[in-house]
Amino acid sequence: MSNLSALQVVWFALIAVLWIGYLTLEGFDFGVGMLLPILGKGRTPEESNRRRRVLINTIGPVWDGNEVWVLTAGGATFAAFPQWYATLFSGYYLALALILVALILRGMGLDYRGKGDTALWRQRWDWCITGGSYAAALLWGVGLTNIVWGSPVKVDPEVTGNYIFDGTLFSLLGPVPLLGGLTFVALFLTHGAIFVALKTDGDIRHEARALSVKTGVVAAGLAVVLLLLVNTKHSSTIGWAGAVLAAVCLLAGLFAALKGREGWAFVGTFATIAFAVVSYFGALFPNAMPSSLGSVNDLTLLAASSTPKTLTIMTWAAVVFTPVVLVYTAWTYWVFRKRIAVHHIPDEQHVTATVRG
Amino acid sequence: MTALDLARWQFAITTVYHFLFVPITIGLTGLIAVMQTVWHRTGNPEWLRLTKFFGKLFMINFALGLVTGIVQEFQFGMNWSLYSRFVGDIFGAPLAFEALLAFFLESTFLGLWIFGWDRLPRKVHLATIWLTHIGTVLSAYFILAANSFMQNPVGYTFNPKTNRAELDDFLAVLTNKVQLVTFPHVITGAYMTAGAFVMGVALYLMRKRAIESRTHADLPMYRKAARLGAWVAVVAGLAVVVTGDLQGKVMTEVQPMKMAAAEALYESSSGHAPFSLFTIGSLDGKEKVFSLEVPGVLSYLATGDVAKPVEGINDLEKQLQATYGKDPLTAAASYTPTIWLAYWNFRLMMGAGFLAMLFGLMVLWRTRKDGLPMEKYWKLIGIWTPLLPVFAMSFGWIFTEIGRQPFLVNGMMSTEAGVSTSVGAWSVALTMILFTLLYGALAVAEIKLTLRYAQRGAVPVAEPVDPSTRDADAPLLFAY
Ligand code: HDD
Ligand code: HEM
Ligand code: HEM
Repeated sequence: MSNLSALQVVWFALIAVLWIGYLTLEGFDFGVGMLLPILGKGRTPEESNRRRRVLINTIGPVWDGNEVWVLTAGGATFAAFPQWYATLFSGYYLALALILVALILRGMGLDYRGKGDTALWRQRWDWCITGGSYAAALLWGVGLTNIVWGSPVKVDPEVTGNYIFDGTLFSLLGPVPLLGGLTFVALFLTHGAIFVALKTDGDIRHEARALSVKTGVVAAGLAVVLLLLVNTKHSSTIGWAGAVLAAVCLLAGLFAALKGREGWAFVGTFATIAFAVVSYFGALFPNAMPSSLGSVNDLTLLAASSTPKTLTIMTWAAVVFTPVVLVYTAWTYWVFRKRIAVHHIPDEQHVTATVRG
Repeated sequence: MTALDLARWQFAITTVYHFLFVPITIGLTGLIAVMQTVWHRTGNPEWLRLTKFFGKLFMINFALGLVTGIVQEFQFGMNWSLYSRFVGDIFGAPLAFEALLAFFLESTFLGLWIFGWDRLPRKVHLATIWLTHIGTVLSAYFILAANSFMQNPVGYTFNPKTNRAELDDFLAVLTNKVQLVTFPHVITGAYMTAGAFVMGVALYLMRKRAIESRTHADLPMYRKAARLGAWVAVVAGLAVVVTGDLQGKVMTEVQPMKMAAAEALYESSSGHAPFSLFTIGSLDGKEKVFSLEVPGVLSYLATGDVAKPVEGINDLEKQLQATYGKDPLTAAASYTPTIWLAYWNFRLMMGAGFLAMLFGLMVLWRTRKDGLPMEKYWKLIGIWTPLLPVFAMSFGWIFTEIGRQPFLVNGMMSTEAGVSTSVGAWSVALTMILFTLLYGALAVAEIKLTLRYAQRGAVPVAEPVDPSTRDADAPLLFAY
């Protein structure tokens, strides 16, 4: 089918693994951010604030680490498939810029929300967290679906061996990619709600679990249509296998949620997202970016790849360090395994700006 | 403006902004680790208070370094796609290593440190801040190796078939001679920055408390912090000067034009080349009205020998034209960087650094034997000292990067040849405005919080309880 070397296939698979890491982990903290106004609503402003703090603190120690998965995916793509990195990021320019703005806003919100002393301050950062989470989830969905589905990529007539994107932001807004965006939002809402159910106690826990089943049904519907469309267009064994497993896991996860088995429910949505990524990468192989302008313009992995030397060095690094990262990441989740409830949230120590020296 | 100009501006704005926060993060994690270690060893609650106080200020600063760093990771592909495809083999690898080895370490252990006070045994908790610090230093190593490749490309061969540079020796990339001098210069600069920060804040608070009462119970604590910061600023400052001097020599060897630009030296000098501390005249140094010069210093900085000759801009321009003028990858209208920027940024870097060291020495002198810095000007020193090294770091980078022009990779690819051809000027303009406005707004929030928390000072804190004896249902010690 192609003349890819084993190393090139390995790196394609490793990039898939990095995206699995990113979307399964950051997926739930996007979900928590999106659910802030819904699950964070209490009867009084004071209670709402406490509930929001419970939600934010479920991801407090881990969200930055979760984000590093995408930084690693970016760096790995740069090193292993430079042409992919170059064409993708210059091509999806404005979409990526919007993702960056969304990630900046939600990151700042998570860090700064609790450091101010007025309701207005908190309200504004809440907006950043929630808006940024929705926007990032939606845009990643649209962007990744475009990569797999095909976008106007073509051979650069001017620079030998280069590929460029010949479209605008609007070329990325086709119906299937938009469906991809909505599916990501629905999946992350479900994944986030189940995570909250798993990590909190009291009212929030029960409300989150009930909510997860509702959003989960929507997510299941969207995901089935999306994966059918994508895999029909780019049919592959791995793509179909991933799609079927994703669907099965989602249903099993929702069933577990209904039965009140939060741990299993979380395993279910986690695996759903992982298999959906597998399905996407299966459909993508052996391309890096299929072109909507005819298959002569497809950017293949072969054309995008760096040299065996770079791939070998990177492989060694990945083999040695990825397990280490996984071990200390897992340990972190273990350290912060305890459920959080409203009464665990300490009072805020306001720092007022009255002092002047 | 063309897409190229805009892309350059965008890169400069976002990177300089990112780097305002980076040195404080690198240095301060180290100093906080030291403070916590002292508390661990002595049990003196003052050091716990200081640890938590500077930890808070650090977190306010870190948030911005983090979110602006995300932009950095992707902007090579966005704005410099031809560059990315051309050198991705070599340049991408350190970025991937940085994420895998450094960012994970740093962000995971920082999370553990911030939220783990009452979840981890004391020793383990202490280890988390040290690991965070190690993560930041590793991060700097890899990113600087990548940048050093751009100043002095090594360890690669050009493949005409693929039209790309390909890696052949990764170790050579990691031990580039430019890297070996740049890394110590930047890291010691980061310690200097953090030292000045701790010194400035502690000095300010010490004076403020002393005004309230000459025998305020917190005075000894702030004195310790101020002196620790001052020592670090002075000692690291000396190391910065020494490593900077080493850098000058390597730079003269690999980028002689940069050294000539740093001195605005148009005609080659036959020896004892003077270094001008200050010049009045045209900005680019072509016409001098007045110049304060120290003979031999430039020769020494460039070659290590006061009597050696230094090449000037006019001769170098001719040589570079002859070597690079014909290849489309390296062709440029002029090989002379913007002289006034190189000249003044170089001096401002050194000047700001020397001033910070001077203030450090003054504080050490004034606070010895229970001395209290009461005069009004100490307040100004407290407020301004933290900023001086931050600015010196920015000036240094701007000098380094301006001096590399018109090359993107020295002698290998011009900046013009590396820009993304498929990105229109209006797209770049739009995102530049977007990022600039966003960064501006974030700066307002960050400054507001920093001032507020700094003015409050190191409030008394409860000793963290041991996780094994802690009531499992007690409120969290720290929560967002
Ligand atoms: C890893 C690579 C790398 C690193 C660590 C840095 N830069 Fe750089 N810099 C570049 C890679 C680069 C670049 C991609 O090569 C640019 C873009 C345009 C150019 O000519 O070089 C550049 C340009 C550039 C410019 C504009 C120069 C011009 O266009 O005339 C400035 C002012 C800086 N940088 C400043 C910095 C600062 C303050 C840094 C500290 C963090 C920094 N750079 C680190
Ligand atoms: C232009 C090249 C650069 C890129 C691509 C880049 C990338 C990044 C990224 C993605 C982060 C966030 C990591 C996280 O999520 O925790 C970050 C933070 C950081 N960067 Fe940069 N960076 C660049 C320049 C530099 C330079 C020149 C240095 C040091 C000399 C540096 C040192 C750091 C450090 C220490 C942090 C962590 C601390 C903080 O967030 O403030 N970076 N960088
Ligand atoms: C007498 C004192 C100093 C000397 C002789 C000196 C020398 C140099 C030289 C020659 C370079 C350019 C290297 C190159 O482009 O290859 C440089 C860059 C730089 N300097 Fe300095 N420097 C001094 C003080 C400082 C101080 C006080 C700081 C900040 C605290 C600082 C921070 C930097 C930074 C961040 C860079 C850019 C990164 C790099 O290339 O290392 N320098 N310095």
